Amino acid sequence: MIHPATNSAYQVDDLGFYGEFGGSYIPEMLYHNVEYLRKNYLNIIYEDQFQKEFKDLLKNYVGRPTPLYFAKRLSSHFGTNIWLKREDLNHTGAHKVNNTIGQILLAQRLGKKRIIAETGAGQHGVATATVCALKGIECIVYMGSVDIERQAPNVSRMKMLGAKVIPAESGSKTLKDATNEAIRDWINNPEDTHYIIGSVVGPHPYPDMVARFQSVISEEMKWQLKEQIGSENPDAIIACVGGGSNAAGAYYHYLDNENVRLVAVEAAGLGIHSGESAATSVLGTKGIIHGSRTLLMQTEDGQIIEPYSLSAGLDYPGIGPLHSHLIQTGRAEAISITDDEAMDAVFLCSRKEGIIPALETAHAIAALEKMIYKDSDHIVINLSGRGDKDLGTFIKYIADHEQD
Amino acid sequence: MNRIKSLFERKHSNILNVYFTAGYPNLEDTFEIALGLEGCGVDIIELGMPYSDPLADGPTIQESGSRALKNGMTLDILFTQIEKLREQSELPLILMGYFNQVMQYGDKKFFERCKAVGVDGLILPDLPLHVFERDYHQLFKELELTISFLITPQTPDSRIRKIDSLTTGFIYVVSSYAITGAKKGIQPYQIDYFKRINAMELSNPKLIGFGISDHKTFTIACEYAEGAIIGSAFIKALGGLGSLPERINAFISNIKMKEEINS
Repeated sequence: MIHPATNSAYQVDDLGFYGEFGGSYIPEMLYHNVEYLRKNYLNIIYEDQFQKEFKDLLKNYVGRPTPLYFAKRLSSHFGTNIWLKREDLNHTGAHKVNNTIGQILLAQRLGKKRIIAETGAGQHGVATATVCALKGIECIVYMGSVDIERQAPNVSRMKMLGAKVIPAESGSKTLKDATNEAIRDWINNPEDTHYIIGSVVGPHPYPDMVARFQSVISEEMKWQLKEQIGSENPDAIIACVGGGSNAAGAYYHYLDNENVRLVAVEAAGLGIHSGESAATSVLGTKGIIHGSRTLLMQTEDGQIIEPYSLSAGLDYPGIGPLHSHLIQTGRAEAISITDDEAMDAVFLCSRKEGIIPALETAHAIAALEKMIYKDSDHIVINLSGRGDKDLGTFIKYIADHEQD
Repeated sequence: MNRIKSLFERKHSNILNVYFTAGYPNLEDTFEIALGLEGCGVDIIELGMPYSDPLADGPTIQESGSRALKNGMTLDILFTQIEKLREQSELPLILMGYFNQVMQYGDKKFFERCKAVGVDGLILPDLPLHVFERDYHQLFKELELTISFLITPQTPDSRIRKIDSLTTGFIYVVSSYAITGAKKGIQPYQIDYFKRINAMELSNPKLIGFGISDHKTFTIACEYAEGAIIGSAFIKALGGLGSLPERINAFISNIKMKEEINS
């Protein structure tokens, strides 16, 4: 199989840039591994045997293709045609596993014996622990000690799957610090270890590689829409963006089709200008985080700011370089959704469709309240994950608001 | 003449470069620590610009950076402190930090300010070689600032040659597979690596860093390079008991023990 051409304005260039974003700003200690990956990743992942095994696992282990479901009651609620791409039905409950399946196969071909990963909400950690169990490879997951407390069920799941969860105690003790610790582990163990990054962030080639593994989402959307509405193209695709891997996957095969609106939904936390927000496209400026030039939240002196969102999967201080490029060029529109708006959408989706979405995903559903669209539009929401992991947060939210 | 270049012209062995984080343990300690180190015969001072996310550094340096930031350290304050230090000291001075800090300050403005306050050189571990070559090589020449790139046991010879051609000042030889502050001692594979680098007869002098923490490791490093860089071990010492000058004296005397006995 020949890998897709990269002559698009929205694909990465030879140096790993999307326009002015991306690249590989890494210390020399990481250079060897990242460079080796850069030189070889396309050849490895588009090799016939790799694709065969990847597709087989996605089908028979993960449960793909995931349905594209016409949400009738949500559609009549919003007065348009709403389709839910059911990534929540993947094994482990979110889109994250599409990437970890791809990367574990890659790690095997690189001859690596040890896997490290970072996790925020724990979904990527669980998806990594899962594929490591599947392949019998040692798994170490770094997780901020603050996140370990607020995402206890996922910590237990990772341990159950045989992974070692190491608390990140540095800095603000959340996702960005877990990522720093994972990178440091890789610096200390460059020879036997592969680092499975969970989003379209990090140094080139990670953003592109992760986007390619997630691109199965839009690949399926195309034929599923064709089958159900007679056209492969929706009018809009909505996805939530923390680092942006589910959005990258949902947009991927539509990037060059300017007739399809791409909507990136960020977490506004308590409000964009409340000081407790993760709305990077509004609050961020150009800088470097985790080896990539992108929009990120930082002080005037270039210190990275810890963002806030009730959802642990969206409180990353940057966004993937692809998304910075899409937003800067106007290809994607960014919408910010507060904690409260997202919670309303959790209940709306649960009661109208019988689907409890992840808190992250609910931000994408809530964006419909802020968008202008036509009755006749077909809008796909990437339902990136299920809400089971957030039950504690939901229950606490209900209790807090009953007291008000 | 650039103070680092002039140092390497007159001294070729046992060069001691000591790193510390600006603004740690207290915001205004930079001045006293730098003069203290100069008084102990340290050859180069490497001032760390505290950063929220120092990828190449271990916990000791990150914690000192967090503390310095809490103390209120900013790049402008640091530049002012260096200006004051330059009234009393001609010691070669390097700034070490991360490229995001430089970009956010304004890259050209940052390097010009470095020159204006008397900084001699920079270490920016996450600044890519090709970005330096394309955007800053000429500017560094004009400003007479040195740049030191890192090499590791995994850096291939062809890349070492490239690094040697762009480096000015000295090459920073990362001693092992490690972040700063790792405690391992020096292993046989590291000695082989030092020998391999020496056999390449590079045009720049070399300083070995990472894992250099005491007299023994400093002495071994000095056998295979013009000198060595000590960071985390000194930061730990700064956090110890006694007055600042006492802590500095005790630490540096311990490192230089043999040199002093011989002389």
